[in-house]
Amino acid sequence: MNSMHYLYAAYIATWAIHGTYLVILARKYKKVRREMESLRK
Amino acid sequence: MKRGISILAVVTALLLSFALYEALIGAPTERTMGDVQRIFYYHVPSAWTAFLLFLINFIASIVYLIRRNPKTDILALVSAEVGVVFCTVVIVTGPIWARPVWGIWWAAGDIRLTTTLVLWLIYISYLVLRRFSTSGQTPVIAAVLAIFGALDVPLVYFSIWFFRTQHPSPVIGGGGSLDPRMAHVLLINWAAFLCLAWLVSWTRYRLEVVKREVEEAQALESLLEGSR
Repeated sequence: MNSMHYLYAAYIATWAIHGTYLVILARKYKKVRREMESLRK
Repeated sequence: MKRGISILAVVTALLLSFALYEALIGAPTERTMGDVQRIFYYHVPSAWTAFLLFLINFIASIVYLIRRNPKTDILALVSAEVGVVFCTVVIVTGPIWARPVWGIWWAAGDIRLTTTLVLWLIYISYLVLRRFSTSGQTPVIAAVLAIFGALDVPLVYFSIWFFRTQHPSPVIGGGGSLDPRMAHVLLINWAAFLCLAWLVSWTRYRLEVVKREVEEAQALESLLEGSR
């Protein structure tokens, strides 16, 4: 593997970690929203 | 409030794009390591951001123990959670940088690497405690754990001053010199990551406030149903 592959791997890994966290946050948001809707009913 | 988050999101997106361009194209190529050294522009700002978030967690935990204000407890939780995300970036990008430069993924027993891993594990256990403990004392126990956990932050930073390690000297206060153009790109990337951390923390804080309000309303509702 040349050094550019390591560079790209590090940058992709960084954004994959942040992206995963944002997906987890979006799921939490949806769950809270569902609970709010059920409370209103 | 919503408008503030939208403006911050746009500023963060623009700053991250510019920082990425500067890191990959704008910054000069390092003479000995070559292009792989550009990992530095993500690795170091992520570490600084994680340290800052753990410092906020430390202060919020102390304030919570003194005043028992739920808002400081939420701030402590959010800063630990986002701090773990940035610390994970450090733990992952470090070995990817080490492999082509040192010839190994992980220097076993190296003080900087070990203390960083311990720091990450402490805050992971903090989050596990907060996620699964149902005791009413959880915020207090978590605050105490956070105060002890934060003691590892200066140990991580200063470990390379007092022990022999493969890790390079710190960029600030380490005695080494950094090309001014590289320092400029490093600061742009740090500013971009700080904006990202602020945006994500703000969103997560609001979500946690609403979540706790919903939980309180649910508890009240089940109490009322029980009394009927």
